[in-house]
Amino acid sequence: MFGLNKKDTKFLYIVVALTLLTPILLQPFPEASPLAQFNAGYPDLMQRFAIFGIFAIGFNLLFGLTGYLSFGHAAFLGIGSYATVWMYKLLSFNVLPGLILAVICSGLFALLIGYISLRRSGIYFSILTLAFAEMAYRLAYSVLTPITNGETGLQVYSNDPQILMGENSSTVTNFFGLEMSANYILNVGGWQFTFNFGYYFCAIIAILAFYLSVRIFRSPFGMMLRAVKSNQQRMNYTGLNSRPYTLAVFVISGMYAGLAGGLLASMDPLAGAERMFWTESGAVVLMTILGGAGTLMGPILGAGFIKYFENIFSKINDNVLHSWFSFLPDGLEDFVVFIIHPFVGKGWHLTLGLLFMLVVIFLPGGLVEGGQRIAKLFKRKKTTPDDKDPEHHPKPAPHVAE
Amino acid sequence: MSKSNLTRRGVLKTGAVAGAGVALPTIFTSSAHAFTNEPTGSSVKIGFNVPQTGPYAEEGLDELRAQELAVEHLNGMGDGGMLNTFSSKALDGTGILGKKVEFVTGDTATKSDVARASARSMIEKDGVTMINGGSSSGVAIAVQGLCQEAGIIFMAGLTHSNDTTGKDRKANGFRHFFNGYMSGAALAPVLEKEYGSDRRAYHLTADYTWGWTQQESIQASTEALGWQTAETVLTPVGAGDFQSYITPVLNSGADVLVLNHYGGDMVNSLTQSIAAGLRDKQVNGKNFEIIVPLYSELMAAGAGENIKGVFGSMNWNWQLTDEGTKAFVKSFGEKYGRPPSNSAHTCYVQTLLYADAVTRAGSFAPCAVAEALEDFEFDGLGNGPTLYRGEDHQCFKDVLVMKGADNPTTQYDTLEIVEVTPVEQVTYAPDHPMFGGTEASLGACNNGA
Amino acid sequence: MDAIFLQFLNGLDKGSAYALIALGLTLIFGTLGVVNFAHGALFMIGAFCAVTVQKLLNVGFEKADPEKLDFLGKPLMVKTPYVEAWFGPETGQAIIDWSVPLAIIVTIPVMIFVGVAMERGLIRHFYKRPHADQILVTFGLAIVLQEIVKYYFGANPIQTPPPEAFLGSFDFGVLLGFDPNVIIYPYWRLVYFIFALIIIAAVFSFLQFTTFGMVVRAGMADRETVGLLGIDIDKRFTLMFGLAAAVAGLAGVMYGPILAPNYHMGMDFLVLSFVVVVVGGMGSLPGAVLAGFLLGILQSFASMNEVKSILPGIDQIIIYLIAIVILLTRPRGLMGRKGVMEE
Repeated sequence: MFGLNKKDTKFLYIVVALTLLTPILLQPFPEASPLAQFNAGYPDLMQRFAIFGIFAIGFNLLFGLTGYLSFGHAAFLGIGSYATVWMYKLLSFNVLPGLILAVICSGLFALLIGYISLRRSGIYFSILTLAFAEMAYRLAYSVLTPITNGETGLQVYSNDPQILMGENSSTVTNFFGLEMSANYILNVGGWQFTFNFGYYFCAIIAILAFYLSVRIFRSPFGMMLRAVKSNQQRMNYTGLNSRPYTLAVFVISGMYAGLAGGLLASMDPLAGAERMFWTESGAVVLMTILGGAGTLMGPILGAGFIKYFENIFSKINDNVLHSWFSFLPDGLEDFVVFIIHPFVGKGWHLTLGLLFMLVVIFLPGGLVEGGQRIAKLFKRKKTTPDDKDPEHHPKPAPHVAE
Repeated sequence: MSKSNLTRRGVLKTGAVAGAGVALPTIFTSSAHAFTNEPTGSSVKIGFNVPQTGPYAEEGLDELRAQELAVEHLNGMGDGGMLNTFSSKALDGTGILGKKVEFVTGDTATKSDVARASARSMIEKDGVTMINGGSSSGVAIAVQGLCQEAGIIFMAGLTHSNDTTGKDRKANGFRHFFNGYMSGAALAPVLEKEYGSDRRAYHLTADYTWGWTQQESIQASTEALGWQTAETVLTPVGAGDFQSYITPVLNSGADVLVLNHYGGDMVNSLTQSIAAGLRDKQVNGKNFEIIVPLYSELMAAGAGENIKGVFGSMNWNWQLTDEGTKAFVKSFGEKYGRPPSNSAHTCYVQTLLYADAVTRAGSFAPCAVAEALEDFEFDGLGNGPTLYRGEDHQCFKDVLVMKGADNPTTQYDTLEIVEVTPVEQVTYAPDHPMFGGTEASLGACNNGA
Repeated sequence: MDAIFLQFLNGLDKGSAYALIALGLTLIFGTLGVVNFAHGALFMIGAFCAVTVQKLLNVGFEKADPEKLDFLGKPLMVKTPYVEAWFGPETGQAIIDWSVPLAIIVTIPVMIFVGVAMERGLIRHFYKRPHADQILVTFGLAIVLQEIVKYYFGANPIQTPPPEAFLGSFDFGVLLGFDPNVIIYPYWRLVYFIFALIIIAAVFSFLQFTTFGMVVRAGMADRETVGLLGIDIDKRFTLMFGLAAAVAGLAGVMYGPILAPNYHMGMDFLVLSFVVVVVGGMGSLPGAVLAGFLLGILQSFASMNEVKSILPGIDQIIIYLIAIVILLTRPRGLMGRKGVMEE
């Protein structure tokens, strides 16, 4: 169905179901329980899961298929955000013009940067993309402040033109009047589920983005890109010019990033320059690798994993720890809190770093491999281990020093 | 609550029980609530959003210490700190409006994006009624904008840019900390006295909005003294090595170097200027001098010996001798074994001011709180008589001119107070051109919901 | 003219730092082919060796001084470092004053140990893994290392001042006939520049003139053949890793007086060091050194007011701009070898 084979269709259904049920799945603990700290089903974080999922899916199209490692994808994210906020400033808070402009602008920039950077391959390509992104960040932070509002971030002021704003127009970001911040809250027993319009808006776009990426993965175009990854030289010898293909996927990937940036600004109408900093470009690389580069699901898992830590673990402070372990005797409680203390709150980076190392050491294929191993445990008896889709695996790149 | 219950554990347990009864936060829904995150149970949550990672992590840590202390005092634990010296007696140590105060913490990483994400999670997930904190102007302005949209109160922490209560002022946002203009106005007379009125200043300025507004302010007030400005040079943020900006200074005919840097940049640019021997030189027959308009204790600690004899300004310092300061330093010092920094002080005071305003207003509704804070005059919080001006939500109070101490006895008194500049001297009109002029407006207050 | 000369000197100094950092990285990344995102962390650990030595030298006993009061009004605890108690105040002070140069002695073995441990314990298992995995594991390691440093030393920068003898600056201009105070050069930067040249020369001669170096160079060119010749190339590569870590650490320890060490200084230098190595060309040691100096000098020129008034903000982006120009005109950077990290 949808031009997909049976397996992929099933896969897509699962993704759709998971995405739509996210507000429930991410809220496993009742509000009153001390573990409610781990609940992630609030609008901001759910939106981020979907948006960074799109970002990572787009990045994976480039990196997973062609092996070209761009270290400057955050630039497109930033450009998308700036374009969207400018549309709010000039037109109105309807997100549609902004999103369209975000995709167009990031596509144009990707065309320019890709055209130049793709003249080189390997590490030289990575450094070229990194250089462009760093220039974009530094200029946006300082010299381009009239356009970007610098350190503060671009935001809408009351004296902006907003020519499409009528008397009764919404003053928050909306999609033809449907406000992104609108919530439907469902209380079931001790549980509280928040169904947020903004999240579903992002989620539907994310599903479409995912569907498109499956189609690209399975298309002849995707096949061509994989050929680039496995041996570009041989491809060139056969008389095929691979550049148009790689440039096309670079632009598509940049547009995904621009779309994600536009959505970020749609959920929260502010565009900060830090969005283009190299650590953000690095973050999407890490998300993709962590989840499993070249797999369909991996980048989304990786994005969710990192965003979860950034937003949940950084908020656990000593007070919270004490409330969790208050059932222990006093001395023991303090000891346990003392042990956990360095890993949460201001130390959440440490936990993240350790998990990066653990995942890459024990799960060479990323989180997706972890999922497959668990799945295999359950259905060992039913199927042979070889029935996994071979295309869901990263091919180890040949090592240079050999 | 019985007295025996006043241990940390006891309170936490009570809190946990109380928490179980708290109605669930419902955000952005108009049905049941009069305003965003209206607290309906026996407790109220406030959010402390400070940098816990990145270059300002140490400052954020000190702010958190002060905020925790403030919550303790509001809930009637500890010695009450500045509650005893505060001129308003509305707070009685039983929380706010009888509700126990709980807090959540978040990490801003000194990035607008991360700070907004953290603040949104506090508003949406934890249901806070107020957010306090921040260690940079960009973050403060970004979070202030968010609080305005969401309909909760923002009590700014350390933010020194003129813009926070200037062109980016918001009806739901309040700033206790001083700003670039005040630094300039306070420093100028002292500089005239120390260095005379015939000087040529060379500015090195961090290339972002805070740096620009500070440079503009210092330049204006020193030029009013008769100083000339030899050159203003923008330096990249986080440049690390400022050598190629520092060495041309001597050659430019300038005899004063103004470093409009903060945090790590300031530590490095000052250290490198001293290492280059600038202060040992004579230019135009005068000793070469260096000025760092905005000081903080942590920067002073980072710069070590190099700050000796260097002038700057501060919002507050623990060495002040008024009753409020003494009470605060005592309770902070006894709990944490160190004197509080001025960013810790501002966060502590902001938390108390919020609680007091809620109590006086009799409501947590942001508009009611804002009304109670506007044009509120108070004393006993360390800065002398202070006014929260209604037009721009900026506090007006005395400003400290500081100097790197020549012979510090401990690691904490590396800065000494040179002068307490009276408030009249640092006051400006709400429509001052450096503060957005006549166009700047607070907008309408937002109750959210 | 004087301004240009001045910025040239500044550029040499900046360049020597870049070259030294890039030299360590290119030993691992350019030649062993490991994408080492933990290189910045090694640089940072080096700088913190100086902090640690300084702290250790300052370890002492505390005695209450009833004459002075602390901030709570209690008698002040005055600390006397043991070195001052043992060697007398003057000699003790002098030892503490020289803690950064003294730290070099500590840094070399510590960094070699760290490098070898890193290679044996972690990197060895990643030689055959994709570059992506190497990035993830070394980035994770970098975060862990920097968080550990933050945990023990805090997030605030810590001063590691140079010995007093090296404070102030040398008036270069007078030597060359300029007016006084026109071309000044801080003494410690002069020391750093000379130090960098010595280290660079030492690494080159080690690789060029020793048998060990010869084998390693052969191994870089063709690891398998060298292995077939019965040479245990793995052990030598482990040592190379230790050597690279030591170079990074030395770059860091001597940089302390210029830039007060803080826990994130490694991340701040990480991107820059990769840019320098790649602009120099993968697999080329002279290339990395050359690129370091080139970028340092051009960056210094870009920060001149005259240049900035024509092109505002050029000093912020010059490094990246130059990198793009060089990589587009010279496909493998300045002196890159063919086939290294190109697929």
